[in-house]
Amino acid sequence: MTGHPWRPAASRSILQQRARLLQRVRAFFWQRGVMEVETPHCLPSVAPELHQDPIVCQQGFLLTSPETAMKRLLAAGLGPIYQIGRAFRSGEHGALHNPEFAILEWYRPGWTCLELMTEVEALLVAVWADGPGAPCGPDRPAAIWRYADAFRHFAGVDPFTDSQATLLAASRQGVSPLSPVLPSCLLPDDLEREALLDLLLVQQVEPGLRAMGGAVFLVDFPPAAAAMARIEPGPPAVAKRFELYVAGVELANGYQELTDPIEQRARLLQVNRQRQELGKVPLPIDEPFLQALAHGMPECAGVALGLDRLVMLAVGAERIQEVMTFPSDCTQPDNNNGGE
Amino acid sequence: MLTHNQLRQGSRVEIDGLPWIIVGADFVKPGKGQAFTKIKIKNLIDGRVIERTFKSSETVAKADIIDTEMQYLYSDGEFWHFMDPGSCEQVALTTIQVGDAIHWLKEQEAYQVTLWKGKAIAVVAPQFVVLTVAQCEPGVKGDTVSGASKPATLETGAIVKVPLFVNEGERIRVDTRTGDYVERAK
Repeated sequence: MTGHPWRPAASRSILQQRARLLQRVRAFFWQRGVMEVETPHCLPSVAPELHQDPIVCQQGFLLTSPETAMKRLLAAGLGPIYQIGRAFRSGEHGALHNPEFAILEWYRPGWTCLELMTEVEALLVAVWADGPGAPCGPDRPAAIWRYADAFRHFAGVDPFTDSQATLLAASRQGVSPLSPVLPSCLLPDDLEREALLDLLLVQQVEPGLRAMGGAVFLVDFPPAAAAMARIEPGPPAVAKRFELYVAGVELANGYQELTDPIEQRARLLQVNRQRQELGKVPLPIDEPFLQALAHGMPECAGVALGLDRLVMLAVGAERIQEVMTFPSDCTQPDNNNGGE
Repeated sequence: MLTHNQLRQGSRVEIDGLPWIIVGADFVKPGKGQAFTKIKIKNLIDGRVIERTFKSSETVAKADIIDTEMQYLYSDGEFWHFMDPGSCEQVALTTIQVGDAIHWLKEQEAYQVTLWKGKAIAVVAPQFVVLTVAQCEPGVKGDTVSGASKPATLETGAIVKVPLFVNEGERIRVDTRTGDYVERAK
């Protein structure tokens, strides 16, 4: 590649496999009567997330996901819908991240999270077409783990009840047993609880899931960082949310969707307050989205899946950039409004 | 200060008051969660490798390090002495700090010395050095093609494989990265 920067990063063979995979995804939804839709990639407002920053453009924002626009379609009565589009998250560069990426998002009115998880699993089977390396299949169903059980198993902590000090001690043991590096991972003392859980997740739970292999759904998350999911009061209170991991790679995030417009507005305002505490700019509230909820959005489950990561796993690539035509150059700062 | 986008392989950073070079860096983030930068770093003084994880909003101090050309003077057995040809200031390095460069140190020649906060911590030989063969089997005249080789001891004590036609007292060019003979020098 060096010396020919105009050339695509992905090989011809990978791009062919990518095209085939997209075709299988579309066939899958066609057969199931889910309608393909397209919503704008650029809108004047977004649904604020604490740890996702949209890219600012002249007319508004390049969206971090098509969620609010698709929910307006649900409220308008379109029934089951899916979209294959682009999403933008400023500043996210790495082996599994590119600031612009392909997203597959779909909604199932009247469905529960559990029903949607079954469909996500069926999609994986269809995409791999029973080929080699399929993470799940008829004789190898995807596993379902509660978030808390995964933490107990891989990190030795209870994410709901253990004290901050216990979580901190666990994260200081730090480095996964798979890493040949000396265990010295001293962290700043001021990491708050959510940050410690995120750190334990990437440092211990994800490598554990990678070693285990196959497809695993984590379910019943702590209520933080699930701004649009239904929350069950508990105790402990859990968000009706699932995350699909394939070979330790986070591939899809699903919600039992929140439909109450008053609660939804309160949560969006709350996210904006938290953003400001972190020194980030607040984001404009998506009023048309809240109007759609007020009109009435059907009870539904929805999920967003990282298509580049799916291709990456299907072709056995190590880095997301290997399956993209023109991944972003991480040495160029992007247009970040996040204020970090 | 370096932000997470600037933490790349080869960057030299100061952590816990010590200088390190980054040998691996990755950005990790749960979709809805916080971003972290995981770096694998090698200590520039004792060579140990550790992993550290930072919140991506944090910055890391750049190490106060410069690489400067210095002349090798002599060794007293314990320390290896170098001189800045401009200021004539001298620095001393231990055998551990000199590392692999020890095989290629010739008095009066120039080497790259790494200074951390003004203190010498490492030395690197130029990629190619010209050294005299101190001892080897007599040369076989005319054999410039067979590819056979023999060991030769150089003036610095290093032993390299040379072609059969090379003689004692001749000067040869050596690649210090691999320790391979390159050619006879004029």
